[in-house]
Amino acid sequence: MTAALRFDPIRLPPECETLRREVRDFLAEEIAAGSFDPHSPHGSDSDVPGFSRRVGERGWIGMTWPKKYGGHERSFLERYVVTEEMRVANAPTRRFFVADRQSGPVLLKYAPEHIKMDILPRICRGEVCFSIGMSEPNSGSDLFAAKTKATKTEGGYLINGTKIWTSSAQVANYMLAIFRTSPPTKENRRHGLTQFLVDMKTPGIKVNPIAQLTGKSEFNEVVFQDAFVPDDHLLGEIDGAWKQATSELAYERSGPERFLETYYVLTELVRALGEQPDNRGAEGIGRLVAQLHTMRRMSVSVAGMLHAGKEPVVEASIVKDIGTIWEQQLPQRVRDLAAFVEPDASNHEILDTVLPYAMKVAPKLTIQGGTTEVLRGIIARGLGLR
Amino acid sequence: MLILSRPPWGAIYHIARKIACKSVKLRCAELTLRRPLMLASQAALRTSVLVMAAAFPHHAAQQKTAHDARRNRPAEAGLTQAGNAVAESQNIVAETAERIFADLADAQTINRDSKAGWKAPLWQALSEAGLPLSWVAEDFGGSGASLAEGFGVLSAAGRFGIAVPLAETMLAGWLLSQAGISSPEGEMTVAPASPKDRIALNPDGSLSGRARGVPFAGDAGHFAVLAHNAGGVSIALVEAAACRIEAGLNLAGDASDSVTFNNARPVALKPAPKGFDQTALMLMGAVARSLQIAGALESMLDISVRYSNERVAFEKKISKFQAVQHNLARLAGETAAAMAAASSAADSIAHANGFDDAVFLEATAAKIRCAEAAEKGAAIAHQVHGAIGYTLEHILHRYTMRALAWRDDFGNESYWAVELGKRIAARGADELWPLVASR
Repeated sequence: MTAALRFDPIRLPPECETLRREVRDFLAEEIAAGSFDPHSPHGSDSDVPGFSRRVGERGWIGMTWPKKYGGHERSFLERYVVTEEMRVANAPTRRFFVADRQSGPVLLKYAPEHIKMDILPRICRGEVCFSIGMSEPNSGSDLFAAKTKATKTEGGYLINGTKIWTSSAQVANYMLAIFRTSPPTKENRRHGLTQFLVDMKTPGIKVNPIAQLTGKSEFNEVVFQDAFVPDDHLLGEIDGAWKQATSELAYERSGPERFLETYYVLTELVRALGEQPDNRGAEGIGRLVAQLHTMRRMSVSVAGMLHAGKEPVVEASIVKDIGTIWEQQLPQRVRDLAAFVEPDASNHEILDTVLPYAMKVAPKLTIQGGTTEVLRGIIARGLGLR
Repeated sequence: MLILSRPPWGAIYHIARKIACKSVKLRCAELTLRRPLMLASQAALRTSVLVMAAAFPHHAAQQKTAHDARRNRPAEAGLTQAGNAVAESQNIVAETAERIFADLADAQTINRDSKAGWKAPLWQALSEAGLPLSWVAEDFGGSGASLAEGFGVLSAAGRFGIAVPLAETMLAGWLLSQAGISSPEGEMTVAPASPKDRIALNPDGSLSGRARGVPFAGDAGHFAVLAHNAGGVSIALVEAAACRIEAGLNLAGDASDSVTFNNARPVALKPAPKGFDQTALMLMGAVARSLQIAGALESMLDISVRYSNERVAFEKKISKFQAVQHNLARLAGETAAAMAAASSAADSIAHANGFDDAVFLEATAAKIRCAEAAEKGAAIAHQVHGAIGYTLEHILHRYTMRALAWRDDFGNESYWAVELGKRIAARGADELWPLVASR
């Protein structure tokens, strides 16, 4: 009998519900003030003036970090609530979300004290945007094939090469990137990469936006030509990035953003089908809601394990695998059911706008942040198959 | 699932059976108390093994299989060893059930036993441990375990693909307890077992109507029946002999019968408590089946992983083929979804005061998602096994066919999806997220 997978029925503690009300009130005020349109997931969300700062003022960025770095020492579960409410409201979080989820925790763990004191409080105030420099033209899922070089020079390193598909690089203040400091060894092909903090204002860095099929240009090619990175921007162990890259993945892979990316089309479908849908519409809604509820319960369960200091790497990979496929298929299922929406439905226009957008977003969801194939490889390893 | 060294636990269980404790809880307390004593006393241990061997002649043979099963857990695979739905690591009632299943319901042994000779000893052991009436208070003839403890028993029953009316008797006892009716000894089941079937309470206190797909009706001595009249809902205890039973079989070959009540006289009849209705019974049954399906999926995953690591084709283990790995990863995902949905629903019922919208969401979502997982999961488990898994001789069908069959009891996924969808629509689009987020 196997009891290897663990998904305990974790419930969010009462303080989370107080916080949830605060977040909802805040978002309602922002929407009322015209800061963003919840029905417009396609609107540009990198440049809403002041939104990030106001979220920072509320203490909702870097929530779990130590107070001495500007954090708020709140629980991982409280952060979960903020994340899911922001996502469901289509709030423009892009500017701070990567720093909050990934970059900040990496700096906390590996950056020297003076850098932590400098950058982390600014992240918490919503002032800085981070990008992640992993993929290269010939190194995507195969992270450890990265070739962009960091060559030792006096006082630091010179970076040469190209990163690609780098989200938000066009607006980011910093990048956390992995560069090659040594060739891989025969025994360990993952050896030789080192993690660095890069100030995007550094001379020798050129950002070329790449148009996506949605029409937006949210990812970029980033070219490094003798860009200088000082010694104290090296994070963790030289040649040992492979040890550092994996432990954060459970955080990155199991959050609400891994199944709520296209949630808005479900709300609009329910609205469009009205209070008394026929059996076909009702069954469609029922199945989608059952799947959504299950996804969220799995995700909260993993959040509870992370909160308790565990490393549920396999469980987190399962959440991202199932969650991203669900959010990818959701627009297609909504399209099926929308065929029966009456012409006088109050939100016809909204549905007609958001549905095509969600369908264009859909293909990337199972690629970004670890492809389905990579995730299934991790799950298979956890099962003892490889 | 705790892994405990076999000799002390087996011995403790069998000694505990000899102790006349009234409740499972008491018996479990006894177990806990005796555990250090037993570990300290090798002599007592040896004696109890003898007692055990005498009580269960074929136990020794099964012990090896059970032991092998434990040894082969994918714990070796490097995943964290952990408990399972409904915090079983704290659930000594479920552990008791698990030990009985391991001893007396080993899948290989049962699969070879064409005469069903395993059934009587298994039922006897379960009864002596007080498990069929887990959810009945001591005052009403049961052992007074908590809802959560009983749910843990059902997960374990699913993992072992148990084919005796344990879940059904537990549900029947629970239903009778709602109205304060004492439970009799022996096998029971519940009627109706489908949301569309209705049993009428006649003015003279007798019952009329037909319930289809009633699990194990032919094995039951009594039925716990939910009946309607103009005054509302009543709960009745009816002797099987007072009804007409037409035998049927589900996909797994377990009894799934039609029961006709033709002015049948109940042994006991009381009004259901306020707010309790047929939907509540169906939701409770749906959650029971969800836990069993999730348990069966755990076993499908377990034996499929093990098989893929043994079977060689094209000169390597088939577990080394990426296509096979990805199929098994999907099976793990479906298993995980089923476990999460079922344990969450069980937890919500264990902590709720009634069957409100939140419990409705949890219970229906569990049945819908577990049924979907059963469909996808069973297909993958069979695909991994190839032809050998399609044979009667192999144990795989004990889990796959049962998981698929359990989908049909207490409302299938299509039925509940329509009901859930209607309720979500009636609440309105902007109330959907608040409901989901409240769980």
